[in-house]
Amino acid sequence: MSLKDLNRSLWVFHVNSGSCNGCDIEIVATLTPRYDIERFGMKLVGTPRHADVLLVTGPVTRDMEKKLRRVFDQTPDPKVVMVIGNCGSTGGVFYESYNLVGPVDRIIPVDVYVAGCPPRPEAIIEGVVKVWAKLEKRGEKK
Amino acid sequence: MIEALQAIALIPVVAIVGIFISLLFKGIDRILAARMQARIGPPLSQPFIDVKKLFMKENIVPKNSVKWLFEIMPIVSLTASLVVLLYVPLFGFKPLLDGYGDLILVIYLFAIPSLAMVLGGFASSSRYATIGAQREMVTMLSYEFPLAISIIAIAWVISKTGTCIPAFSLGTIFTIPVWGLVGPIGFLGLVLLSLVMLFVMPGEIGTVPFDAPEAETEIGGGVLTEYSGRNLALFYISSSVKTIAFAALIVALIIPWNISNILLLGGTGAIVADALFFLAKLFIVVFVGSTFVRVAIARFRITQIVKIYWGYASLAALFGLLLIAIDLSWMV
Ligand code: SF4
Repeated sequence: MSLKDLNRSLWVFHVNSGSCNGCDIEIVATLTPRYDIERFGMKLVGTPRHADVLLVTGPVTRDMEKKLRRVFDQTPDPKVVMVIGNCGSTGGVFYESYNLVGPVDRIIPVDVYVAGCPPRPEAIIEGVVKVWAKLEKRGEKK
Repeated sequence: MIEALQAIALIPVVAIVGIFISLLFKGIDRILAARMQARIGPPLSQPFIDVKKLFMKENIVPKNSVKWLFEIMPIVSLTASLVVLLYVPLFGFKPLLDGYGDLILVIYLFAIPSLAMVLGGFASSSRYATIGAQREMVTMLSYEFPLAISIIAIAWVISKTGTCIPAFSLGTIFTIPVWGLVGPIGFLGLVLLSLVMLFVMPGEIGTVPFDAPEAETEIGGGVLTEYSGRNLALFYISSSVKTIAFAALIVALIIPWNISNILLLGGTGAIVADALFFLAKLFIVVFVGSTFVRVAIARFRITQIVKIYWGYASLAALFGLLLIAIDLSWMV
């Protein structure tokens, strides 16, 4: 029962908290045969109940705050949150906009940030590797 | 008495071997699917890693669900899938519980994992799961008819070989290859029925293109939406066991030959050769019936599933039955 078992089988769930859709399309590109993330045992799932990793895009609009928190709570432990894109990390181009409550780490705890507007698929895959490293460290501590 | 005790002692062995082989086949299936899409694909052990991970995850039971039903259904599903394995011929041997149940029982047992999923979906009180459960029921109603026709036709052919042999018993069916019992017209009919059975397979085990009940891109996982952790793992194992159980049934019905008498082997050599040959046959059926179709065709809508199974597949099966009827009436 260590977190090490998790890192070769990461099932990801994608949450859009108000992004411009650029990052979402990059996530879809990451799932294509060209990048083949199934090599690492990753899989896109349709419900937070099956997920290990939440991929959050977008700067969290006022409307999405509660929903994001709820999706986070719906995900079974142990879980990891990855923020994809500048918006989610800092606010990006929407910084200090009147209808933002984000960035994401004000709402839910974030483990890995992937910068870029939008980040390339390679960057997203690198983020996943960071998740592995993080999980391994946590597993050692336990 | 001693035989019965032996059978009971073998039950856990069959269960463990069955789970192991089914997960292995799932790994092969995923690698082959990846190769067909010009990808590298996951390692062979991926399904084992997935299951291990799911077992260590938190198991959430939704607040509004019917808790006992929600919790018990994954176990029911897995048990039913494993029980099927005891009634189908595996590795070139007679079914473990031969004489205690026949084809009709097997068909009913195959319905139980799907029913368990339906009940679990309804019990979870999620709207997505409810839609998925309804779709699952509709799919089940659609594929049952062509499947029943095919199986009854084969049993019918076998019943003509002599009086008072148990034609529906899988122990009999797998010792008498049906292909030798019919003339050219009946042969055509059997080919048609075999194709229908292979075509029913993805519906029965719920893979693409007939996975509308679990469509994760439109209804978020369907029947399994609310399942997580241990319960999800049980459903995962159950569906892969069901895959090889159904493939083993098809093997017993349409490619029942053993290789040992062709190679003129005896003793242990024969057992090993037959077991390996069985795995090869099983692999061919899983590949044709599941992997290939899964990669080649995109998901059907639920209306299309009904039309395909009730319309085309049933018509094809009835036509095959007709051909066999003509053939059998000529032979008399
Ligand atoms: S980071 Fe850029 S591409 Fe991504 S959602 Fe924000 S604005 Fe769009």
